[in-house]
Amino acid sequence: MHSRKTDRRGFLKGGAALAGLAAGSGRIASGQTQGAPAKKIDELIAYGERSRFVTSIRVPVAERHSPDEFGLTFHVLTPLQDSVGIITPSSLFYTATHRGAFVPDIDPREHRLMIHGMVDRPLIFTMDELKRLPYVSRVHFIECLGNRAKPTHKTVQETHGLTSCAEWTGVPLSLLLKEAGVQKEASWIVAEGAEEVKGASSIPLAKAMDDCLVCYGMNGEPIRPQQGFPLRLMVPGFEGIYQIKYLRRIKVVDRYYMTYDDYGHINPDPKVAALTHQIGPKSVITYPSGGQQLAGPGFYEITGLAWSGAGTIRSVEVSTDGGQSWKDTELRSPAFPMAHTRFGFHWKWDGKPCVLLSRCTDDLGTIQPTRADVAKYWNVPLDDKLRIRGADNTVQPWKVTSDGSVQNGLS
Amino acid sequence: MGFRRFLFVMAIVGLCRTAWTQSPTYGVGRPPSAEEIRTWDISISPTGKELPPGHGTAKEGAVLYVRKGCSGCHGATGSSGGHAPTLIRSKDTKPASSAPCLSPCVNDSNAMAIHSPFATTLWDYINRGMPIGKEGSLTPNEVYALTAFLLFKNDVIPEDEVMDSQSLPKVKMPNRDGFALPAAWKHGEPRLEGYPNR
Repeated sequence: MHSRKTDRRGFLKGGAALAGLAAGSGRIASGQTQGAPAKKIDELIAYGERSRFVTSIRVPVAERHSPDEFGLTFHVLTPLQDSVGIITPSSLFYTATHRGAFVPDIDPREHRLMIHGMVDRPLIFTMDELKRLPYVSRVHFIECLGNRAKPTHKTVQETHGLTSCAEWTGVPLSLLLKEAGVQKEASWIVAEGAEEVKGASSIPLAKAMDDCLVCYGMNGEPIRPQQGFPLRLMVPGFEGIYQIKYLRRIKVVDRYYMTYDDYGHINPDPKVAALTHQIGPKSVITYPSGGQQLAGPGFYEITGLAWSGAGTIRSVEVSTDGGQSWKDTELRSPAFPMAHTRFGFHWKWDGKPCVLLSRCTDDLGTIQPTRADVAKYWNVPLDDKLRIRGADNTVQPWKVTSDGSVQNGLS
Repeated sequence: MGFRRFLFVMAIVGLCRTAWTQSPTYGVGRPPSAEEIRTWDISISPTGKELPPGHGTAKEGAVLYVRKGCSGCHGATGSSGGHAPTLIRSKDTKPASSAPCLSPCVNDSNAMAIHSPFATTLWDYINRGMPIGKEGSLTPNEVYALTAFLLFKNDVIPEDEVMDSQSLPKVKMPNRDGFALPAAWKHGEPRLEGYPNR
């Protein structure tokens, strides 16, 4: 009874606001300004929009514009500086394509997934058939291997915006592979998309049988076209290029296939090769971060995100003195495996210049490295030219100046 | 490891293998026809076992390179005309970058499949991904010819060498021994033991 009352009250309140909007009426409450509705009321009821005062948007990477002169989308960064919690809205989720691509317009009734190769029973599924099978929903991040800070990058969107996190819903890949009957000589799979270039990656069979999902849902709705509608392979904790969009085919094989997407990651050094598929423990402070402005000395809640391709985030530490001392933060969200995890830290800024850092530890006990740690590991000089080999998961410094402005500490 | 422990481990491994190949549980989906598998399967192994019948030479490829519009983006000589990556391997010894480039890749030594240790990567990519806007339109003979042309332009094969399903996988690529495979992946193990040490 009580909940129904609440619902009714909520409905009436919403109705009044909509009525006000429809009439284009003037001020109703403090802070509310007049404005013509962008859409008709029945459209707004059918499909909700964010407030016109919320303007956070994605931006293309500076190195190559999207869309380019041919209309191709390359890499587009999510606005981490405005993020709250751990879920990235689907409309703000980062997008990336290997060579620049058009978003395919796929009719789900025509889409098929084929599983073949070294299996006893090759299978083809329609989308309806896949949805008849047992499914799970899990929260996982996707991060591009190219998500690396540069001294020239100003904001956290530019330094770290090629990572996002969503709730994914789909059928465990292991279920589909067992249904097809994987043969014992098999050791890899090649997963392929249906877009024009038919992007494909080789994935270890051990990973495919472990926790991969064949997803049709994202954040409570069908996966959006930019994210792979109608079907995307989720390979939790692996870099973005493995998360095959528009998934149409899985071939079970007995070797690394050295596809076009694979060969881009080969390296003569096995140590570097080992650092290029699974994402290492990584964190970044999203507030205060580059380009933001503190109002003056006083209390601030430092907040940010941490994630690891190896599992859950065990802890996140923050330093407000450039790394001389580290303090534990509180986790402000559930810590799901291979998911963004939100941390927070009470901070009283004394108005003096300082450098803010965060570093995380995952449930394997692996600690996010600093650039100095990495230089020491490879026995190379620590300077501006240091290029992190494999995926760059190093600590990001943010410099706070005495006027309260925040800048990239690598610059 | 003692012999009994070894037996135990092997039994577990055996059980896992059995579980993977057990009979279907749900019976949803249908078996594809042999023809469906053949037309869908465009993944070419380094062994070349999926390569279709056909053949081509660099001379034929040179004509196709212009006729199919490749030169429009990659330049008349393959050294890039602006929009697309160079198709000619740089002579310097600088190792290829470990990550796909974020810039337009023009003249980046990492950008071209000629760096792959296997010539099959080149065939696979031209077949699935070129020319832009008309992907998948090339015939096997055309793909063999264009692959031969790029291998010739990069001093990998002579101009008159015929590329087909037998000869292509045998081509010794410049980077044949210059790569490491990713390490075997295991759940719950760090990607590189001891990285970073502190």
